[in-house]
Amino acid sequence: MSWNQTRRKAVSGLVVGFCAASVVLALIPLGFILTYVIRNGLPALSLGFFTQMPKPVGEPGGGMANAIAGTLILVGLAALVAVPIGIISGIYVSEYRRTRLASAVRFSADILNGVPSIVIGLFAYTAAVLPFRRFSALAGGLALGIMMIPIIVRTTEELLNLVPGALRDGALALGASRARAVFTVILPAALPGILTGVLVALARIAGETAPLLFTAFNNRFWSTRLDQPIASLTVQVYTYAISPYDDWHRQAWAGATVLIGAILLFSLLARATTRRLERMHRT
Amino acid sequence: MKIVRSLLFVLAAAVAVLLAPAASAEPVQIDGAGATFPYPIYSKWFSEYNKIHPDIRINYQSIGSGGGIRQLSNQTVFFGATDGPMTAEQLQAAPGRVLHFPTVLGAVVPVYNLEGVDAELKFSGPVLAGIFLGKIAKWNDPALAKDNPGVTFPAGEITVVHRADGSGTSYIFCDYLSKVSPEWKTKVGVATSVNWPAGIGGKGNEGVAGLVKQAPGSIGYVELIYALQNKIAYGSVKSFDGEFVRASIDSVSAAAAAAAKQMPPDFRVSITNAPGPGVYPISSFTWLLLYEKPRDKQRSRMMVDFMSWAIHDGQKFAGELGYAPLPGAVVSLEEAALKKIKAE
Amino acid sequence: MSARGPRGASSGGGRLFPLWTGLVAVLVPCLVAGIAATLWWESLLSIREFGLHFWRTSVWDPVAGEFGAFPFIWGTLYSSFLALLLSTPIALGIAIFLSDLSPHRLRQPLIFLTELLAAIPSIVYGLWGIFVLVPLVRSLESATPAWLRGMPFFAGPPLGVGLLAASLVLAVMMIPYTASVAREILKAVPSTQREGAYALGATRWEAIRMALFYGRTGIIGAIMLGLGRALGETMAVTMLIGNNPKASLSLFAPQYTMAAVIANEFTEAADELYLNALVEIGLVLFLITVLINALSRLLIWRVGSERRARAPRPVPATAT
Repeated sequence: MSWNQTRRKAVSGLVVGFCAASVVLALIPLGFILTYVIRNGLPALSLGFFTQMPKPVGEPGGGMANAIAGTLILVGLAALVAVPIGIISGIYVSEYRRTRLASAVRFSADILNGVPSIVIGLFAYTAAVLPFRRFSALAGGLALGIMMIPIIVRTTEELLNLVPGALRDGALALGASRARAVFTVILPAALPGILTGVLVALARIAGETAPLLFTAFNNRFWSTRLDQPIASLTVQVYTYAISPYDDWHRQAWAGATVLIGAILLFSLLARATTRRLERMHRT
Repeated sequence: MKIVRSLLFVLAAAVAVLLAPAASAEPVQIDGAGATFPYPIYSKWFSEYNKIHPDIRINYQSIGSGGGIRQLSNQTVFFGATDGPMTAEQLQAAPGRVLHFPTVLGAVVPVYNLEGVDAELKFSGPVLAGIFLGKIAKWNDPALAKDNPGVTFPAGEITVVHRADGSGTSYIFCDYLSKVSPEWKTKVGVATSVNWPAGIGGKGNEGVAGLVKQAPGSIGYVELIYALQNKIAYGSVKSFDGEFVRASIDSVSAAAAAAAKQMPPDFRVSITNAPGPGVYPISSFTWLLLYEKPRDKQRSRMMVDFMSWAIHDGQKFAGELGYAPLPGAVVSLEEAALKKIKAE
Repeated sequence: MSARGPRGASSGGGRLFPLWTGLVAVLVPCLVAGIAATLWWESLLSIREFGLHFWRTSVWDPVAGEFGAFPFIWGTLYSSFLALLLSTPIALGIAIFLSDLSPHRLRQPLIFLTELLAAIPSIVYGLWGIFVLVPLVRSLESATPAWLRGMPFFAGPPLGVGLLAASLVLAVMMIPYTASVAREILKAVPSTQREGAYALGATRWEAIRMALFYGRTGIIGAIMLGLGRALGETMAVTMLIGNNPKASLSLFAPQYTMAAVIANEFTEAADELYLNALVEIGLVLFLITVLINALSRLLIWRVGSERRARAPRPVPATAT
């Protein structure tokens, strides 16, 4: 083996080692955080936590049933807003990439991604709360949805671009219209990756507090109405965490555990669906 | 595309369920927002009141005193709550006349973390101001030694911890410092958010308590309940009359009792540095804000009824949660003031 | 197949498709314009009062009514770029490992675990940061040798909270975003490219390098996604950065970011000028984000304009 070959092999080995080390490095804080959260949160988790409403200080028990339902509703609303807009915009930008609108959309999506969540909350407050003189779940869903859009647009666009041209050419050669080619051939090919993008976006917003403070507000009571303030796990956890009481702190950690667990579960479910889609697509 | 179809169906069903007209005898919800300081006792009150009147649900969120005032002015909430009374400009800016109703009393205490010092420290006003101004930078400063004879201070630097977020607690603390230090008054002033001359900012009372607990040689200020619950050492403060008083239910009530005699009709009064024996100098009322002529008469009637309950029956919950109850004189004055609300 | 207009294989394919997808897509720039307009409108008082000085002044005094954004701009850029520096190599390393190098059985669980990092709410990062990371950083700071302390980067008392703690937590928060998207990009590089490289005798790293180059715009996009997260992060940062509006080179010094000051003071700000000044900080952050994005586009364009070929660049044919 020449010196050059040895050198190249060594560099390659180093890089591979670095990559493996990166994974380990990233898992260390994860392990730290998870153990910390679970250790603090597990003692407070009980059936009551999932079925009861928050109780004032000094009264034992109490739970976050309304906050759990609220987070589900808010995330659902956000997805309703963001997924169609995000994917269709991504399709447009990928299909008509040379147009000015496509450049504008791409640029806007990147900017939107960098806007702090609290500024988006402010915008949603001005657009959806002030005119109606009330805080509402809809306003909260809107704020969260706006935050999801750029992630979905970007990943959809990039993944559609990476679908091999042969696939598209084949579809068009068989006489499909552009729309049909996209929806029946190209999109399904990119779907697993797009789903990852959606998941990343969902995970991002499920843990947000700031934009909800002036949109969905929060609600001590059970409410599923879209035009009323609604509780959410993040705001409830935040409220409890900044209080002086140990009991509420424990509940805050329990809430955080439930939140992370829910995101996890959803992630797992979506991955399983992705794999089925991949398999379907291959046949 | 079967998956898409079934998903759409599930979605449509969910939307239909959520938007379905609510059942007839639905409870009335009243939203309020404001100070974080009284949140624990307000949540107790609203819960107790809901037990007596299950058809009335009062939903209060602590977004800060200023936030409460703003949302009240924007009319996105029905009532507000604040630790610092509204200024003349804020009252002017509101769409209608806003009335202040004191609910409970609280105290702000200086907390510290000093290794090797077990004794309770005594702080006089000017010394506290000096520390937070950054002028008194070391623990073994002669000014501190003068107030604390017999205590050996370490030679380390003082790390000042203040609030990063705007808060009524800061307002109360700055209000006190302005009264005992002319330099503070001109240089920094009184507000929920000020330009702190020194130190690091913690987020929320809890943040300050956490930072002080962790960093040796630090000093901060928090609401009494946070010092008690977090078991941090807090010092006594020199009152107007010259004695070093430790914050407690009694010493805070004493501060209010002095103010009760000269209570202005709109209840907007500062009771920091109040004269009198056994008075804790960094005490304050916290207020609930209601419109005098609200548009929603039904909710207004409910809130007036709630306030009557709160200033009488509600007061018994104050002590166990670390708040001082209202003095009797103030309660009578409030009863009269509540009648001013035109809820009929 | 119904007759539905021109079905050419080249561009076109009906007027309806670009029309309705375009209408949806235009919502995105409209949203951004709406946000910009709101920010502008709600900060007019402050803009008129301070003009461009706002970007350069360092005083933040709500009582005196003097506001300047410089310390916040400094803190945001310093913490975000430091976090970027720390997180990008690791995120890319993870992406490469998970798309290419990892043994098959470990792949799914590892992907799952790295995405778990994104599932952790920012407030949990903040709380963990206060109770675990800050003491760690404080001991690290106390242990810095004296000769290092002399340098402006390491000046100041070991408080624990400060720029370093905030940057570390930001880096951890950025990793999953960059890593997930970069992984998908790398996965989507056609295998013909990889196989071609190996056929030509490339080492592992050289093949990876080729894949990185192929997907470079996507990778830069992934990095920008992570950066966007850092620029706008509020909760975790404000709990760990010390919240002191004084720009400083030192990693140990408590500093302040734009998103943090807005979050901390917005709900309490009650007078008009104060509110406007805070919203103007939001506007400044917005404009800085636009600037950074414009610069990164320039970078992408320089790095190799339109690599967006439908047909992948053909690897030299393995002709027989």
